[in-house]
Amino acid sequence: MKIFRYLLPLLVSGFLVSCGSNEVKTDDASSSAAASASASNSRSLDSESSSVGIEDPQGVMLDALDDPDNTLTMRVIYFEYDSAEVEQDSLDAVRSHGQYLSVNTGRLLRLEGHADERGTREYNLALGESRAKTVRDLLILEGAQPEQIEVVSFGEERPAVFGSDEASLQKNRRVEIVY
Amino acid sequence: MVRRLVLSVAFIVCCLVQPAFALLEIEISQGVESALPIAVTATSSDSSAETRLMTQVISADLHRSGLLGVVEQGRYPTGSIDKKQVEYQAWRDKGIEALLVVTTQPISADQYQVEFFLYDLVRNKRSLAHSVNSDSHSLRRVAHKIADVVFESLVGLRGAFSTRIAYITEMGIGKKRQYVLKVADADGHNPLSVFISNKQLMSPVWSSNGSKLAYVSFENERSEIFIQDMASGKREKISSAPGLNSAPAWSPNDQQLALTLSQDGDPNIYILDLKSGNKRQLTSHYGIDTEPTWSADGRSIYFTSNRSGSPQVYKLSISTGKAERISFDGRYNAAAALSPNGELLAMVHNDGKGYRIGVLDLRNDSFQVITNGDLDEAPSFAPNGSMIIFSTRRSGSTILSAVSADGRVQQQFRLQSGKVREPTWSPFR
Repeated sequence: MKIFRYLLPLLVSGFLVSCGSNEVKTDDASSSAAASASASNSRSLDSESSSVGIEDPQGVMLDALDDPDNTLTMRVIYFEYDSAEVEQDSLDAVRSHGQYLSVNTGRLLRLEGHADERGTREYNLALGESRAKTVRDLLILEGAQPEQIEVVSFGEERPAVFGSDEASLQKNRRVEIVY
Repeated sequence: MVRRLVLSVAFIVCCLVQPAFALLEIEISQGVESALPIAVTATSSDSSAETRLMTQVISADLHRSGLLGVVEQGRYPTGSIDKKQVEYQAWRDKGIEALLVVTTQPISADQYQVEFFLYDLVRNKRSLAHSVNSDSHSLRRVAHKIADVVFESLVGLRGAFSTRIAYITEMGIGKKRQYVLKVADADGHNPLSVFISNKQLMSPVWSSNGSKLAYVSFENERSEIFIQDMASGKREKISSAPGLNSAPAWSPNDQQLALTLSQDGDPNIYILDLKSGNKRQLTSHYGIDTEPTWSADGRSIYFTSNRSGSPQVYKLSISTGKAERISFDGRYNAAAALSPNGELLAMVHNDGKGYRIGVLDLRNDSFQVITNGDLDEAPSFAPNGSMIIFSTRRSGSTILSAVSADGRVQQQFRLQSGKVREPTWSPFR
């Protein structure tokens, strides 16, 4: 029940964003890459090969995860101070990971939640987990199975950047997507 | 009293893994102006190194309290100093109100007889006289015990100089980074490494009887709770449920541990019965509930929750499960720590000026911010309630600092290198 209470606004906003980007950005490199990724992923479902990638005409295995132009290359999601809400500009990336998982059912990933140094260590440990769980719930919404996703929080214990200026703090408030 | 001293001295914690080299240095940054002037000295005939060590340790302890002002030797009256013959008027004329005379005498190989005499120079009387036996390794500990009883005699509050602090250090960079759980004397000396890991450690907390530490370790790439016995060094993983396992807090009788788990969804407060292993969920609110700490009577739990939108401190009745918010000043209040008498609640507080230590007086709900750092964290009361130790950021590193509960006295502990954080003050022993 309570999951919907905070997912609903995200769901709606995610839907709006996706409508917007589909209409406007047809020529945009990243969104067309995402489109081709999901297209190729459906092909891989049709074929015998189950989850890892697709077979191109030359018989070489390709994986959308390795495509440098794909939104799947966005593996770090950033957050506002004391917030576990995924920002608008990260929703596309999160959704593409969810879609990728939904197609590549053998793929597993770990979501590592982190916080900046401000506030207490224990609260930040909990906050890191809330962030990772928000991302997890969005992935599941896109069709990923809960079993594919592991959530772990390191709170403020493993900063990406050392430093106490806002730019550093911003880089530390994050969820890392680790395949 | 003498018997108790000797017993406690004999009962030295022997178990800890290895001595570390980094000493915590302490400096007093702020004291009270009305500190009682005391002379701490050997007799004129005793120039032994042992006595010098004793007077140095006792002087540092008393001075560190901020409530006693240890007088320089140059201010002493002329004439010889004897342990039994005291010229009260001569000392009083120098503005000195108390005199502590310490002597040590070797009685056998590596055994010393330590005597101390405390004189009340204002009332013209001897207020303490004791004799204690000690081996050479225990002299510092005996000195802390003497400081405890002298402090109690002069201030009326049991001294906490012979207690210990546990804390986490972080040293080295990159692959060589090490996290160490340490225990040191309350003056920063004799730091011993209790547990060393290349993965993060956090949230150490003493059991109520001081025999064990509980803490969170990431040694298995996730948060898990361990309990380590200080006498044997034996450690035991006591919580590794799916999700968070963190924020351990011992019940007053050490039978139970309050902790934060997220096995059923959001982070919530649970009580783990240490004997049976049974867990009982105390909160089930949406959002974050964490940082439990027990009330003095063991019937309630103080904890941090963001259920109102930002972290605030709540009090929950264990029997009814009802929680009420008790912190209202500022947008951020967390990590509550209760004073030993149950009357004060220290917490990390932010009202826009930085993270500072605030104290809520539970008797009248008055709230006072007592530190002025920008990232002060992890408050923990001394067992006599006089001081609160916490971690603070200074010039890019993290150090320990202690402040009197009324904010008047401040002292700093500085590690020679590396970061030191999450101090927790032991109970009396």
